[in-house]
Amino acid sequence: MDGAPAEPKLEALKADLAKESRRLKLNFDELKSGGFIKQTQKDLFTVRLRCPGGKVTSRQLAKAADLADRYGKGEVHITVRQSVEIPYVHYQHFDTIAQELRSVDWSVASCGPRVRVPTACGGCRYNPNGLMDTQALCQEVDKRFFGTPTGHHKFKVSFSGCPIDCFRTREMDLGFQGVLEPKLDEDLCNGCGLCVKACEEGALKLENGLPVRDLSKCNYCGDCVKVCPVDAMVAHRKGWLARAGGRHGKHPLFAYEVVKFISDDQVYALLERTLAWYKEKGQGRERIGATIARLGLEVYQAEVTRSLGLETVETAQERRKFWAGGNLYV
Amino acid sequence: MSSQTQLDLRGILCPMNWVHTKLRLEELAPGELLEVVLDDGEPMRNVPRSLKAEGHRILEVNPEGEGHYRLLIRRGAD
Repeated sequence: MDGAPAEPKLEALKADLAKESRRLKLNFDELKSGGFIKQTQKDLFTVRLRCPGGKVTSRQLAKAADLADRYGKGEVHITVRQSVEIPYVHYQHFDTIAQELRSVDWSVASCGPRVRVPTACGGCRYNPNGLMDTQALCQEVDKRFFGTPTGHHKFKVSFSGCPIDCFRTREMDLGFQGVLEPKLDEDLCNGCGLCVKACEEGALKLENGLPVRDLSKCNYCGDCVKVCPVDAMVAHRKGWLARAGGRHGKHPLFAYEVVKFISDDQVYALLERTLAWYKEKGQGRERIGATIARLGLEVYQAEVTRSLGLETVETAQERRKFWAGGNLYV
Repeated sequence: MSSQTQLDLRGILCPMNWVHTKLRLEELAPGELLEVVLDDGEPMRNVPRSLKAEGHRILEVNPEGEGHYRLLIRRGAD
């Protein structure tokens, strides 16, 4: 096909679109940021719904089903990042859908170079492995940071309640995982050895009838505390381990552990300062992992985490216990 | 100790060993004792933790030959 005549056609199309948009009172720029994703099929879009932590009410879920029946093809897509999407929606219905979503206190998600909807596991509310309340923090982070323009590329955040890390914090631009530091009260310990059995890291062994912890192996999962029958092994402190600079996609990058045992408030502070740093230091459409790789992790640590006074993870040796190896680390 | 208060769970996999333990404990009154024999490995990693989570008390952990353990448990309150 000859490219030359396409231009007037395109202009006509744009004018058409503008007219249509005015008629429907739509702002297409807003829509582009708002999780309406263009499909292969002409005029059809996928509506991505905002489901922080994968949590929706049954009323909202019923509304999604209803909207899919009326404006889509009677199907929804459950995405890898915990969203519910309604495919095959004609753009003429955007306004109606937005209105209907508001009626159940719901809205669409984001796409583009913005902070995305954060994901999270069930956390400590009903999962026996959970150490931290991922859901509460995820909802609050969504409230405070969702949709923030980064100036460069997408920015993904997730929360895992424990070191099993079901929510893959290593693949996030900034990921948060629950950690627990155990402490032994030697006077209470009866030397039963159940904590040694419970520790999958081989970080505990009995010496003179008491468990001794090898810090180079302990991944702060808290299993020793959860099993101790006499409450001799207790939680000295709990908090979040943060990982920065991860991503998935065509060129996956595993994130670095950057700080540990930070509080909810420090999570907000770290997000805020990391986003400001990324905005300032990032180039073009690079993800923050590329910015960190280009400038060096040390620069990120000095300008972000250490300047916030957080407890940093400083050495490769300290990070070593958190991964198993593989071709990413040649 | 009567057979009513002993449970040999050797060869029973997780989580069925926990289910057996739990059902037997429910037959006892709070404060009564139960002895269970568990294989080393997964059972010893999981069952003691579940016991604690549901408020029971492990009084003794005794290693026995052939890779298993004898646990003495005091039933917790409901």
